[in-house]
Amino acid sequence: MARLRQCAIYGKGGIGKSTTTQNLVSALAELGNSVMIVGCDPKADSTRLILHAKAQTTIMSLAAEAGSVEDLELEDVLKAGYRGIKCVESGGPEPGVGCAGRGVITAINFLEEEGAYDDELDFVFYDVLGDVVCGGFAMPIRENKAQEIYIVCSGEMMAMYAANNIAKGIVKYANSGSVRLAGLICNSRETAREDELISALAAKIGTTMIHFVPRDNVVQRAEIRRMTVIEYEPQAKQADEYRQLAIKIRDNKNFVIPTPITMDELEELMMEFGIIDQEDESIIGVTAAAEATA
Amino acid sequence: MSQEVDNIQPSYPLFRNDEYKESLANKREAYEERHPQEKIDEVFQWTTTKEYQDLNFNREALTVNPAKACQPLGAVLCALGFEKTMPYVHGSQGCVAYFRTYFNRHFKEPVACVSDSMTEDAAVFGGQKNMMAGLENAKALYKPDIIAVSTTCMAEVIGDDLNAFINNTKKAGHIEQDYPTPFAHTPSFVGSHTTGWDNMFEGMIKYFTLNHMDDKKVGSNGKINLVPGFETYLGNYRVIHRMMKEMGVDYSLMSDPSEVLDTPADGTFRMYAGGTTQAELKDSPNAIDTLLLQPWQLEKTKKFVQTIWHQPATAINIPMGLEWTDEFLMKISELTGKPIPASLELERGRLVDMMTDSHTWMHGKKFSLYGDADFVMGMTKFLLEMGAEPADVLCNHASKRWTKAMEKMLKDSPYGQKTVVHTGKDLWHFRSLVFTNKPDFMIGNSYGKFIQRDTFYKGEEFEVPLIRIGFPIFDRHHLHRMTTLGYEGAIYMLTTLVNAVLEQLDKETKGMATTDYNYDLIR
Repeated sequence: MARLRQCAIYGKGGIGKSTTTQNLVSALAELGNSVMIVGCDPKADSTRLILHAKAQTTIMSLAAEAGSVEDLELEDVLKAGYRGIKCVESGGPEPGVGCAGRGVITAINFLEEEGAYDDELDFVFYDVLGDVVCGGFAMPIRENKAQEIYIVCSGEMMAMYAANNIAKGIVKYANSGSVRLAGLICNSRETAREDELISALAAKIGTTMIHFVPRDNVVQRAEIRRMTVIEYEPQAKQADEYRQLAIKIRDNKNFVIPTPITMDELEELMMEFGIIDQEDESIIGVTAAAEATA
Repeated sequence: MSQEVDNIQPSYPLFRNDEYKESLANKREAYEERHPQEKIDEVFQWTTTKEYQDLNFNREALTVNPAKACQPLGAVLCALGFEKTMPYVHGSQGCVAYFRTYFNRHFKEPVACVSDSMTEDAAVFGGQKNMMAGLENAKALYKPDIIAVSTTCMAEVIGDDLNAFINNTKKAGHIEQDYPTPFAHTPSFVGSHTTGWDNMFEGMIKYFTLNHMDDKKVGSNGKINLVPGFETYLGNYRVIHRMMKEMGVDYSLMSDPSEVLDTPADGTFRMYAGGTTQAELKDSPNAIDTLLLQPWQLEKTKKFVQTIWHQPATAINIPMGLEWTDEFLMKISELTGKPIPASLELERGRLVDMMTDSHTWMHGKKFSLYGDADFVMGMTKFLLEMGAEPADVLCNHASKRWTKAMEKMLKDSPYGQKTVVHTGKDLWHFRSLVFTNKPDFMIGNSYGKFIQRDTFYKGEEFEVPLIRIGFPIFDRHHLHRMTTLGYEGAIYMLTTLVNAVLEQLDKETKGMATTDYNYDLIR
């Protein structure tokens, strides 16, 4: 058996991490790989397209029911879906209460102790909540866990900010361990020169844009049916895009300690591509009324 | 008031003076808004009934006197057992104050342990800065050879990553790259102090052996590793040393705090004394096998020994009582080829002689007990060997497999037929059981004394005396020096138990011309 590869998917909230991950994983499974998805998001929507379910019952909700995590069995929380892809959701509290980060830590510890990472597996993907808000959400990239990180982004300003910030987070862990940035996945929002822009950003932070996933309505059509494109319409053009992404990730050898850029550099890059305009200092703090009289 | 300078009295008996009695009664009357005594007694009586017990056992959201402590407490004890090792707790200061006082009160000894004092800013920004300053300072001030890092709830909830923080501390030059810093995540809200001991021990052996396995060969050093687990009887460390020496077995007792927790008053303060050496730790994968003296609490250690060291970690029971000590020594003999020496046979014979002498007094006596999983199992086993009848056996933190093993053991003995095993229950549950099942004695730590007081309040004939065997024992001196393992331990336990029975009998038969027909000189 080849060594188990553990990958974490990060990116700004709403960018399409879960959809991309599930399509990518389906494509990897199609290629004959044994894969597990670990959803690390209290929303628990990382596995619904694989399981055709609204939301998988999570480790934390089962633990709350049973009294403690120690009372759970692996088969209670691990479900197999499309092409035998193993699915787990860590789960967590409702917004505004408790600690979702701790839920991620508890869930991953549980999986390790119960032997979920067996010898049969080729890949584990962690689909992590958009913003790395506390140490708990960095759990998937601790030592001996995910060593490859993929950041999903688009040509929008905030998505690029987020990607650069995540790269900063990775540096902290990369310096003391073996976690590496493995590439940016551009999930297109059809902004101007998006592929060039993300490639340029990738180059600046020391990595590559591993694949450009174009926008296609078939993704939504499949999603309404709680399916991945790979399963819903395997012959669709978009399915091939995910297949290409899967092959690129499978063959990827480009793992780096990222070199995140400063805010100024990032803004410069965006100006270069016309995402934002040259800053005009004379208008800062001036109200509309004041502008009218000026 | 009535305190005199050359006759200073403590609260008892001072508060029994009329002056104090009046003052306390006035205070109660004026400020305490106390319910009438009849009401209090009514509620008290109700809490002693079966009806209340049923309600009590349906309790869902509250723990009263949990009968366990938290993970880092166990981690600290584990770390104390290694040579020149400073236990270091990544988290808030109050937790460490608690661990230290807990051990102070039990061992009557100073306990060295540091914290990196995480405060509100650390809770927001993460505790890496605290780790950097803490490790640098702890090393500079206290000059340990090893700093063993564990965590409190606070660090665990915010998700601090010890591996990354410690590596960053080294990279930034606060301590040298090769300075030993084993670590373990020990969230207090998971498991118990026994889990914490297991985690820290795994952290120790991981640090010193995981990346150095290439030149290791099972059996090449001819030794047996013995892992005590969370063990607070200093005599137990000593008896293991003695038995192994008498057998002529080459061994390594892995984590041995019996020196540092028992330093002499000779004018020299010893922050460090004794303990398992680094050399022993590094050499441990070369041993013939590693035996876990408290197997039910050492799950992680067992897994590591089997998968990384490739040793069998041969299953044993805690060597408590006659049969399980026999099994332990025979297993050692089998693994090493060394015969059991005459000296241990003699000691065994003495124990059997004692058991024969005392068994009539122990026969049929009902004992209810509580404590850590392996301890209560060993104690139950010994009670069965003596013909005593365990009534309720309670362990807050134990697995389903443990419960099954307990039930099997009890079923196989004529004395265990009525015994009920409780897990996940606390001492308030235990209090109900003591009232309704009315055992002759309780066996457990000092916290049981409040149950004894309650039973006495119900009426003298309801009083259930506490026999103090367990951890912590805060209200009796020097019991932590005793032994509960091996034949020697069985001799101590038997002496304690049978004399508790005889003392109780004297207490009941000392009534002049009423019960004293059985107030015998010879028992």
